Amino acid sequence: MKPAQFAYCAPRTLEEAISLLEEHGYDAKLLAGGQSLVPLMNLRLARPTVLVDINRLNELDFVESGVDVIRIGAMTRHHAVATSPEIREASPLLSHAAGHIGYRAIRHRGTMGGSLAHADPASELPCIAVTQGANIRVDGSTGGRTIRADELFLEQLTTALATDEIVTSATFPRIRSDEGWGFREFVRKVGDFAVVMAASVLRVVEGRVTAARLGLGGVEWTPRRVTEAEQVLVGSAVEPNAIEEAARVAAEVVDPISDIHGSADYRRRLVFAMARKALQDAVGRLEVSRG
Amino acid sequence: MVDVSRQGVEITLTVNGRKHRAQVEPRLLLADFLRRRLGLTGTHLGCEQGVCGSCTVVVNGETVRSCLLFAAQMDGYEVETIEGLSDDPDLLHPVQQAFWDHHGLQCGFCTPGMVLTARAFLEENPEPSTPEIREALAGNICRCTGYMFIVNAVKAAAETMARKVPDGKSS
Repeated sequence: MKPAQFAYCAPRTLEEAISLLEEHGYDAKLLAGGQSLVPLMNLRLARPTVLVDINRLNELDFVESGVDVIRIGAMTRHHAVATSPEIREASPLLSHAAGHIGYRAIRHRGTMGGSLAHADPASELPCIAVTQGANIRVDGSTGGRTIRADELFLEQLTTALATDEIVTSATFPRIRSDEGWGFREFVRKVGDFAVVMAASVLRVVEGRVTAARLGLGGVEWTPRRVTEAEQVLVGSAVEPNAIEEAARVAAEVVDPISDIHGSADYRRRLVFAMARKALQDAVGRLEVSRG
Repeated sequence: MVDVSRQGVEITLTVNGRKHRAQVEPRLLLADFLRRRLGLTGTHLGCEQGVCGSCTVVVNGETVRSCLLFAAQMDGYEVETIEGLSDDPDLLHPVQQAFWDHHGLQCGFCTPGMVLTARAFLEENPEPSTPEIREALAGNICRCTGYMFIVNAVKAAAETMARKVPDGKSS
């Protein structure tokens, strides 16, 4: 028994969960999949005094397909995100990246909302949410609001969520038939946290890039898009030089963190390598889909 | 009003087919509940932070880390531990038998998690390649064997399971 003492409650409705957060404020913590929170509690780096277990909120476990978007409930487990045919069809980038989260046993528990709210700079879902421009729906005691993914992540493990707010769903745009995508991450071992990851979505019309998204995770304290690199690609022909140049620009403009897993310089080199591969993959997938 | 419990949480759960009712302190981890309250010490605790995989158990049919779940969350759930793999102590599950036959263990600490992870994997992928086996076991750390014999054991288990159950269901 490692965690410090806490009080436990398992509300059955979203309303109850929010009112518990409102009542207990900073002392309360939501327990979703628990794959990040419980390790922190076991190490006593987190010591919430009230744990609000939202695993009984079935209303937050859903997938809803729209014409241009797919909406995923906050309690959808990573394994479901990785394997759901509906999600794979809408955003193969998202399901592919979700399959890279931890190990199978971790993916059985970890959730979409939990990962976004935890805001680990090296985790996959925040990176994809920022890259694709997902909208995050949150609900709280004064009502609901929608936060753009790039405005959700403020700092390492810090989001724009108020203490009484719960992430309830995330809406991702569909990847269109004229778009290709790529996702690459560098890990020491399968399932480890990525040292650097890169995600890409390229739209190509008649051999020219008309829209580009390049996102990075594990590089800075929050996931980010690299608009400078995207600008290199937009308007250019799909050819290796443009991709090489975009990856070079990405490596130049980032301000990488330095830690036990890699120095800033090492990460910068990985940004070049991962960005280039992710962009190459996007082009490759476009070519395959066109036969 | 939702009950906020500081003391004990009442749970009823099924472990290896047997129903248990218990009052648990909220911070009691599922792994500690299994080991201390039920005496099922086959579930091992290594890192207690979700990395090593030795505490792997099966909850409602899915492998999970029992060090990252609280017993209080398990009300109404079905849990299977390594002890539930075989009713007869002389008749091992094909995965257990293969670990025995192929020296898939030395100290045995990681073995319960390895066996449960491998079984779940083989049920989904009855004819795995070596890289697939290695990837499936990436979340289970072994400090003795160097993994080669573990991979061999899983391969051998796949073969025996394929022979024993031609309809593809595990026995």
